[in-house]
Amino acid sequence: MSDTTAAVPTTGSNQMYVLHVNGVDHEIRDAWLGESLLYVLRERLGLMGSKGACEQGECGSCSVLVDDELVCGCLVLAASATGQRIVTIEGVAPVGAPSDVQQAFVDAGAVQCGFCTPGLIMATHALLDRSPEPTEYEIREELSGNVCRCTGYGRIIEAVQRVAVARRGGAA
Amino acid sequence: MSVTVAHTLDEALELLAATPSATVLAGGTDLMVELNMGHRRTDAVVCVNRVGELRSWRHDPGTDTLRIGAAITYAELMDAPLAGFSPALAQAARTVGSPQIRNAATIGGNVGTASPAGDGLPVLRALDAVVHLASTAGTRDVPFAEFATGPKRTVVQPGELITGVTIPVLNGFQGYSKVGVRNAMVIATASACLAVDTNGHTVRLALGSVGPVILRAPEAETIAVQAADFEAGTIDPEAIPAFAAAAAAAARPIDDHRSTAAYRRRAIEVLSRRLLTRAFPAPTPGASS
Repeated sequence: MSDTTAAVPTTGSNQMYVLHVNGVDHEIRDAWLGESLLYVLRERLGLMGSKGACEQGECGSCSVLVDDELVCGCLVLAASATGQRIVTIEGVAPVGAPSDVQQAFVDAGAVQCGFCTPGLIMATHALLDRSPEPTEYEIREELSGNVCRCTGYGRIIEAVQRVAVARRGGAA
Repeated sequence: MSVTVAHTLDEALELLAATPSATVLAGGTDLMVELNMGHRRTDAVVCVNRVGELRSWRHDPGTDTLRIGAAITYAELMDAPLAGFSPALAQAARTVGSPQIRNAATIGGNVGTASPAGDGLPVLRALDAVVHLASTAGTRDVPFAEFATGPKRTVVQPGELITGVTIPVLNGFQGYSKVGVRNAMVIATASACLAVDTNGHTVRLALGSVGPVILRAPEAETIAVQAADFEAGTIDPEAIPAFAAAAAAAARPIDDHRSTAAYRRRAIEVLSRRLLTRAFPAPTPGASS
């Protein structure tokens, strides 16, 4: 890099960079800088909740929040996410104290093999934060980036609707 | 390999001047697939999706044009206030990938990747958009029609960055339609954008996924203009099949892993007919006017 760019922090080969994940700064060392956020979360930080399947943004199993936006972790260059707030499924709720969305998925039978569930939980939280009372059509459209091969989606939609009802004070 | 996150346009341009071979990273929805699959290697990445100048947009009431920064996402284009300036761009945005993809994918990235299937691109072609480029040597504007030179090939030079696009805000119907194997997460098998300029008495039809670059269908446009009554918002119904046939004739589709040329040509005929019928809905029978 030339002198003119000295003010811009550049992460070079084998240089350490920092990711802010679930409220904690993690130093990423000796990593290839072409790694996706999904890979770094799973293989370097041991956060196995985000799942890797297609690695091309098709399945949504790796959905995470980056600066409050729902994105596919596999499509984020990890070394470019420095200084951003990253929230994974592990950051949604402490172990043993599930979020209302997580509990609703259990109660509605929306979990079968469970592989897609972390991504769907992230997507559902994002959906309900933006639209507290979504129509069924809206739920289907907003969850269209999360592929489930077990449930047929019926119980997933039911789980989302249960949370919406419960949050506005109705019976779940 | 190096990764640099630029926060200002000057920083981004200086980084590209210092390393003209650097790969520009915006939303990552194209580049990361190639990196993940090992189809691409790069020595330097310049990340531009946090550059303030690229994250902004501006409506100029004097010229009634909308300048959209290259790092504006499809999620932003889909909703108010941007959706109000270009309904077709908002419709196209809604068909892009999934919420996760739309939150990351940018208009500048779609333009730069220059896939014939890029969902935003038929809209830009129909609206005669201008693409803004910048480097440390200066800026230049390229008509969108001249921007792509082939599939995934563009006039962008090393060291240059796409900073945005400008589109006119038109008064009239705009629509985008596409055919794919499902509604979400699908790359267009064929797509079309129709835009009517009621004030200028023009009808613009652009076709996606049916040629090496996005195509216009000028003969179909002429048929529509001659058959339309722009004040009444009606069209001679006999012109509609001729319009659709001319649109299909303008397509230059190929057989590939996603579809066949024959199917794509037929799809363009159907999409064009539907769009024109929506633009000029038939009067309700019996209604006095």
